[in-house]
Amino acid sequence: MTDMALRISDLRKTYSNGNHALQGVSLDVPEGSFYALLGPNGAGKSTMINMLADIVRPTSGEATLFGRDVFNDKAWCKRHMGVVPQEVAFDPFFTAREALRITCGLFGQKLDPVWMDELLERLGLAEHADKNARQLSGGMRRRLLVAQALVHRPPLVVLDEPTAGVDVELRRRLWDFMRELNRQGTTILLTTHYLEEAEELCEFVAIIDHGQLLTARPMRELMREVAGSYLWMRYDDDWRLKEVDAESLSDFQPRVCDGLLCLTLTRSGQHASSFHAAYDAAVTRFGPPLDAGVREEDLEDVFLRLTRENQA
Amino acid sequence: MRPVNPRGAWTLFQRETRRFMKVKMQTIVAPALTAVLYLIVFRYAMGDRQVPGLDVDYFTFLIPGLVMMSMLQNSFANTSSSMITGKVMNVHIYLLMAPLSAMEVVVAFLAAAVVRALVVAVVLLAILMPFVGLGLEHAWMVVFYGLCGSVLMGGLGLIGGMWSKKFDEMSMINNFIIMPLTFLSGVFYSVKQLPPFWQQVNAFNPFFYLIDGFRHGFLGVGDTNPVTAVWVVLVAVALCVVACWWLWLTGWRLKE
Repeated sequence: MTDMALRISDLRKTYSNGNHALQGVSLDVPEGSFYALLGPNGAGKSTMINMLADIVRPTSGEATLFGRDVFNDKAWCKRHMGVVPQEVAFDPFFTAREALRITCGLFGQKLDPVWMDELLERLGLAEHADKNARQLSGGMRRRLLVAQALVHRPPLVVLDEPTAGVDVELRRRLWDFMRELNRQGTTILLTTHYLEEAEELCEFVAIIDHGQLLTARPMRELMREVAGSYLWMRYDDDWRLKEVDAESLSDFQPRVCDGLLCLTLTRSGQHASSFHAAYDAAVTRFGPPLDAGVREEDLEDVFLRLTRENQA
Repeated sequence: MRPVNPRGAWTLFQRETRRFMKVKMQTIVAPALTAVLYLIVFRYAMGDRQVPGLDVDYFTFLIPGLVMMSMLQNSFANTSSSMITGKVMNVHIYLLMAPLSAMEVVVAFLAAAVVRALVVAVVLLAILMPFVGLGLEHAWMVVFYGLCGSVLMGGLGLIGGMWSKKFDEMSMINNFIIMPLTFLSGVFYSVKQLPPFWQQVNAFNPFFYLIDGFRHGFLGVGDTNPVTAVWVVLVAVALCVVACWWLWLTGWRLKE
């Protein structure tokens, strides 16, 4: 049986204003995995992370980190976890280097200067290390948060949207670094709105919406079993999908994506799909399209479909 | 209550002391200048008058009170400004995420507040002592009241900082509670100069005991019974430290 870095069981959070931010989420994050936690804004991702980080009190539920109780064995668990908060936080009195030194000390660790320099280098902060945090750009401050989460070398790193506002090149460098850490054994739990990156990086994925877990499984399994394909057809600019048209094509869940008619294809048996039936139905309704094609669903499509179904 | 992270507590203490040392003009030079201005003004306003009921001239009477008032205000400012800045900038989450016990956090904050108060006191005394023949009658009282006052005010600053969500609320506590209590605690007058009713009211102001006791240490005379004063101050400090510990432990106004 795989050892779990993090086990969350029936975790709930109801805020004082009555908002049920988390409604009984259970999740297992295997040790050494790169795990994506996805969900639309307000889904409960950050609430969950903040409960693990002891910033928000849980209403009920349990969580263990490498077998230790997160809510009762706090000191041990905090030492073994590094969290990049979603909101940028910086101390205006200190430089980036001082901030790292302080964070490392607060976590009870003796600073390893070689590791600090490596963090600054790998995160593109080396030449800004002695600047006051006030002088850093938004992207630099966010990278400093990543460095602060890693400075005490935790075996579990939680990244809550670490690349918001970070440019493409530096984002790529950050992911390379995270991949490397993951290969060395660090478990990484990531929330991001860049679903392409999540699909590329993560072996496991969980999707939550309105405080409920919609799915949690290996990424490949999700893409194999849940992701489908759809037929897209382009008509002229005046074309509209009316209610009556949508009704007649309802077997194919018709929708408009970027001005295109999109019809979901289903598979029957090993190879056959509903391509011909969908194509014929659309042509019967609207005539031959100007252009058409078939596209496999990616993680973003699956994510949107699952959250849309949940909201419905 | 067992220590879980002494290195973390030491780091927090260093962070808090470095913070005020980085803005020395604001945290040390400015309070010293303010105290000197008070002295100049009162020196010329009061001349060589003696303080009624105490065999001491007004100028000499004023200095220990001003030093203590500066210590109280600066220890309060150290913890309160750190907490409110931390909350506004969202940096306080690093204290919540760090493996620190509530007592370690409180001790580190209060120790840094005491250091700031001591630095201010030393600077002020170094400036003022050459102008007046101020003796040291009871050194233990100076140390005891100086430390207790700084701890008490550091603790109140911590609680105020935890309570406040914005700078305006912090400023409200400072201007409407702390400033009146310190100004009306006998820094500028002897309690014997007050009507009997206000003397009774003053007996409920712990800052009065702190300032009177601190001055007593220098002058050898004071307005209060030293035994009563020691107990009042010890109880106030103990209550304040326990309150800080409990509030941090429960995450009062820090955790949702």
